[in-house]
Amino acid sequence: MTPLQGCLLVSALLFAIGFAGAVTRRHAILALVGIELMLNAANLNFIAFWRYGPHPEALTGLMFVIFSIAIAAAEAAVGLALVIAIYRHYKTSNLDEVKDLKG
Amino acid sequence: MIWIVNNLWLIPALPLGAAGIIAVNKQPQRKLAATLAIGSMGVAFLLSLCAFSATLGHTGPGAFREIFSFHWIQFGGHWMDLGWVLDPLTAVMLMMVTFVGTLIFIFSVGYMAHDENFMRFFCFLALFAAGMLGVVIANNLFLFFVSWEIVGLTSYLLIGFWYHKPSAAAAAKKAFITTRIGDLGLLLGMVWLYAETGTLNFYDHGHGCLEGSALTQMAAHATLGGLAVSTMIGLLIFLGAVGKSGQVPLHVWLPDAMEGPTPVSALIHAATMVAAGVFLVARVYPLMAAGGIIGGHGVPVTTALTVVTWVGAITAIFAASIAVAQNDIKRILAYSTVSQLGYMMMGLGVGGVAVGMFHLITHAFFKALLFLGSGSVIHGCHEEQDVRNMGGLKKYMPLTFATYAIGMLALSGFPLLFSGFWSKDEILHAAHGWSVSQIPFYLGCTGALCTAFYMTRQVALVFFGQYRSAAVPGRSSHDSHRAEVLSQGSSSSHVAAAEDGRTPHSHQAQGLSHGSVSIHAAAAGDGRTPHESPAVMTVPLVILAGFAILLGFIGTPAWPWFDGYLTGEATPFDLGRLTEGGTLGLMLASAVIVFTGLGLGWLLYGIRPRQTAEEKDVLERAQPAIYKVLQNKYYVDEFYEATVIRFNAFTAQLCDFFDRWIFGGAVLAVTYVTLGLAWLYRLTDEHLVNFGFDTGCESLRQGGGELSKLQTGRVQTYLRIIGVALVALILFLIWGRKA
Amino acid sequence: MSLYFIITAIVTLLAAAAAMSLRNLVHCALAVVAALAGLAALYLQLDAEFVGFAQILVYVGAVAILIVFAILLTRSGEAPNQSVLAPGWIYGTAISVLLFTLLGWAVLNSAALPKETTAEPAVTVKDIGGLLMTKYVLPLEIIGLLLTAAMIGAVIIALKEPAKDETTGRKT
Repeated sequence: MTPLQGCLLVSALLFAIGFAGAVTRRHAILALVGIELMLNAANLNFIAFWRYGPHPEALTGLMFVIFSIAIAAAEAAVGLALVIAIYRHYKTSNLDEVKDLKG
Repeated sequence: MIWIVNNLWLIPALPLGAAGIIAVNKQPQRKLAATLAIGSMGVAFLLSLCAFSATLGHTGPGAFREIFSFHWIQFGGHWMDLGWVLDPLTAVMLMMVTFVGTLIFIFSVGYMAHDENFMRFFCFLALFAAGMLGVVIANNLFLFFVSWEIVGLTSYLLIGFWYHKPSAAAAAKKAFITTRIGDLGLLLGMVWLYAETGTLNFYDHGHGCLEGSALTQMAAHATLGGLAVSTMIGLLIFLGAVGKSGQVPLHVWLPDAMEGPTPVSALIHAATMVAAGVFLVARVYPLMAAGGIIGGHGVPVTTALTVVTWVGAITAIFAASIAVAQNDIKRILAYSTVSQLGYMMMGLGVGGVAVGMFHLITHAFFKALLFLGSGSVIHGCHEEQDVRNMGGLKKYMPLTFATYAIGMLALSGFPLLFSGFWSKDEILHAAHGWSVSQIPFYLGCTGALCTAFYMTRQVALVFFGQYRSAAVPGRSSHDSHRAEVLSQGSSSSHVAAAEDGRTPHSHQAQGLSHGSVSIHAAAAGDGRTPHESPAVMTVPLVILAGFAILLGFIGTPAWPWFDGYLTGEATPFDLGRLTEGGTLGLMLASAVIVFTGLGLGWLLYGIRPRQTAEEKDVLERAQPAIYKVLQNKYYVDEFYEATVIRFNAFTAQLCDFFDRWIFGGAVLAVTYVTLGLAWLYRLTDEHLVNFGFDTGCESLRQGGGELSKLQTGRVQTYLRIIGVALVALILFLIWGRKA
Repeated sequence: MSLYFIITAIVTLLAAAAAMSLRNLVHCALAVVAALAGLAALYLQLDAEFVGFAQILVYVGAVAILIVFAILLTRSGEAPNQSVLAPGWIYGTAISVLLFTLLGWAVLNSAALPKETTAEPAVTVKDIGGLLMTKYVLPLEIIGLLLTAAMIGAVIIALKEPAKDETTGRKT
C-alpha cells in the first residue's frame, strides 16, 4: 500500500462517513456537517494527489483546495443561514418535517 | 299580312291572360270575369278574321302556308324550334273555335248566373279556349301536345265542375284517364316521329316532318309487320285522336261527361275538344297518306287511313244505335256526338281532309246549337234532364223550339236547306267511292237513318205532346217555388231571387219571353212550369241556327268552295258538277234515308205521344231485350269495369303490397340495421373505448400518483438517490473502462 | 505510511464517525472540530502547510463556529426521546457502505495510480501568492465575489423578519 493509496482510502472512508451522516441524521445541521465532511474528504484527495502525483511544483492541487475551502466556507454560511430561516418558519429542525414540496 | 302570322300567338294568349287574371281575383267579380273571358274571345275572333282574310288573299300554286318559328331550347348544338303555322286548315278552325266559343261564353253568362262558382267557371272556360286555340295554331308536335294536355286538363276541371257530386267527380276522372290512354299513343308517336325525322315541326320550309323528304323517307322505311313507319306513327297518333274524340273503344267517357254544365258540353264535347282529335288526324293527314295508292276520287289509300275509316264507321253506327234508347236529353246528344265524330273520322279516311273538316265545321255549329238548346230546355224546366218528364215545351219555349228544330234537321241531314245534309253527303259520297270496301258506306247510311230517327224521337218527346212533369202547371202557391234541386244543385240563389217578391228571372227586361210573365206569375205553383230562357241565352241560339243553315252552302258539290279553299285550288260555281259521278243519285238516296228516319221517328213518337213519364218506351215494348242492351250501352262500361278496372285495382293492390312489405320491409330492415349498429356502437363506445380510455387515464393518473411519490419533499431522500446514482456512475466508469 | 499518518487518520475518522452519530448536537459540533483539526494535521503531513493552516483558520475557526452558533440558534424544547436517525436510515447506510466499497476497491486495484513516491515539493507562500495573482487571478476575483454574495445572502436569509404593528400597520 503506497502512501497515496493510504490517503485515498482515508479520504474515501471519510467521504462515506460524511455521506452516511448526511443521509441518516435527522437534524438539518448535521446534514450540512456531513456535506462539509464530504468536501473535506475531497480536499484530502486533491492534496494527496498533488503530493504524490507528477508535477507537484505546479501547485495545481493546492490551488484547487484553497478555492475549495473558500467555497465551502461560503456555502456553509449560506446553508446554515438557510437552516436558521427554516427553523424559524417550521419551528423545527427536523428534516423529515420539512416536506412541503412533497409531490 | 305577315303581321298576323307573327302575332298568331295572340289568339290563344288572350284567353290565357283572361284566365290568369280571373284566377287571381278572389272576390266574386262576375262582371269582370265574364267581360274578360268574352272580350278575349271576341278579340281572338277578330284576329282569326284577320288570319282568315290573310289566307284568302293568296295566289299561286298550292295552299297558303306561312309559319313562324322561334328557338326554344338548345340540346348540345341543336336548337329545338317551336312555332305556329297559318294555313287554311288553321284559319278555318280558328274561326270556328273563336266564334262558337264566344257565343257559348255569352250563353254561359245566363246559364251559370245562379251558380256561386261563376268565376271559376269562366276561368276554366278561358283556359280551355287558350288550350284549344294553341292546339289549332301549333306548328310543332310538342307545342301541340302541351296544348292538347291543357285541353284535357280543363275538360277534367269542367266536367267535374260540381265536384261535390260524386258522379261528376267520377265522370271527370273517367274522362281524364280514358283520354290519357289515347295520349299515350300520341306521345309514343311523337317520340318515334322525332326519332325518325329529327324534327317535331310540322312544316319547316321543307324540313318539317309532314313535308316531302321526311314523308318519303318514313313511307319507305318498313318496320314490324311490314308496315311502313309512317303508318305506324300515324296509327299511334290516331290513338290519341281515338281517346280525345271518343271513338270506339275509348268512347266511354263522353256520355258521362254530360255531368258537367251544359255550356261545357256544348263547347267541349260537341264543338271543339272532341273535334281536336279529328283536327289532329287532319293535321297529320300527309303522314297518314304517305306512300298510299291513289284510289277513287283521287284519295290516297293507306293502311293508316283504312284503320281510321273502319274505326270511324264502327263508331258511327255503334253510338247511333245506343242513342236510340237513351232518356237523358244530354246523353242522347252525347251519343250523337260520338256518332258524328265517327262520321268525321270516316270522312277523313275515305275522302281526305276537306271532307272530314267540312263535317267538323258544320257539326260544331249545329251540335253546339243543340246542346245550348238543351241547356235552355233544362234551365227552363228547372234542371230537369229526363225526356220522359218533359213534353209539350213547344208552347212554353217557342224560340228554343225553333232553333232546336233547325239544329235537329241539320243533324239529321235534311236535304238542301241544312248544312248537315251537304257535309254528311260529302262523306257518304266519298265512302261510296272508296276502293277498299263499301261496308263503311252502308254503315254510314244506317247511321244516318238512326240519327234521323233518334233526333225525331228526342224532339217529339221534348217539345210535342203534353208536359209530363210531376207538377201540374197552374197551381198557385208561390212558396213552393222553392223547388228542391233535381240534379244540378245550384238553384239556391235561383230560389232566393224568386223570393224577393220581384218577378224572378230578370229576363223580364229583355221582353223576349212572351208567355213567361203570365205563366210565371200564375204559376207561382210548385214552380215546375217551364219557361223560356233569357235573351242572353236565346240570342246565341238564333245566331248558331243561322249558321247551321248557311254553312252548308260553302261545301255543295256545285260550289265546293271549302274543298278548294283547303287545297288552294280555284273553284268556280258549276252546277254541272252535280251531275257527274252519281252525285245526284247519292243526294237522292240520302234524302230518302233521312225522310225515312224522320217519318219513322214521327210515327212512333209524334203521332201518339207519351202520356206519362213512367210508361215504357215504344221500342222497349216492342223489343225489350234489344232495347235493354242499347240502353245499357252494349255493356261496354261493365266490360271495362270487369276487366281493365279490376286489373288496375289488382295491380294497385299488388304494388301496395310490394311497397308496404318489400320496399317498406327493406326500409325497416335498414332502419333496424342502423339501430343495431348504433346500439353496437354505443356498446363499443361505452365499454371498449370509454372503458379503455377511462382505465388508461386512470392508470396514467395512478402512475402519475405513484411517480409523484418520488417527490417526498425530504432532502435526505434526494441525497440518497444522488448517492445511488453516484455509485452507479462509478460502477459504470470502472467496468466500462475495463471492458 | 508512517505511524503519525495512521494515528492522525484514525483520530480523524473516529471524530468524524462520532460527529455523525452522537445524540447531543454540541458534542457533534465538537467532534466535527476534532475531525477538521485532524484533517489539518494530515495536510501538514502531506507538506501542504498553507492548506493546513488555512483549514484551521477557515474551517475550524469559522465554519465550526458557525455550526455551533447555528445549533445554538435552532435549539428548542425538542423531545429527547426521538431517534436521532431519520426514517429510512438503513438505505443511506447501505449506500454509503457500497460507495466506500467501490471506492476502496478502485483505489486498491487501480493501475493508474503512480507507484513511486515523488520528492517533497518546495512550496513557499510566495509561490502560492504569485500563482494566485497571475494564473489564478480570475478564480480569485470570482471567489471574492462569491464570498461577498454569500455573506450578504446569508445575512438576508437569516435576518429576522420585522414584525408588523397590528394596530397601526406600521412596520416596527
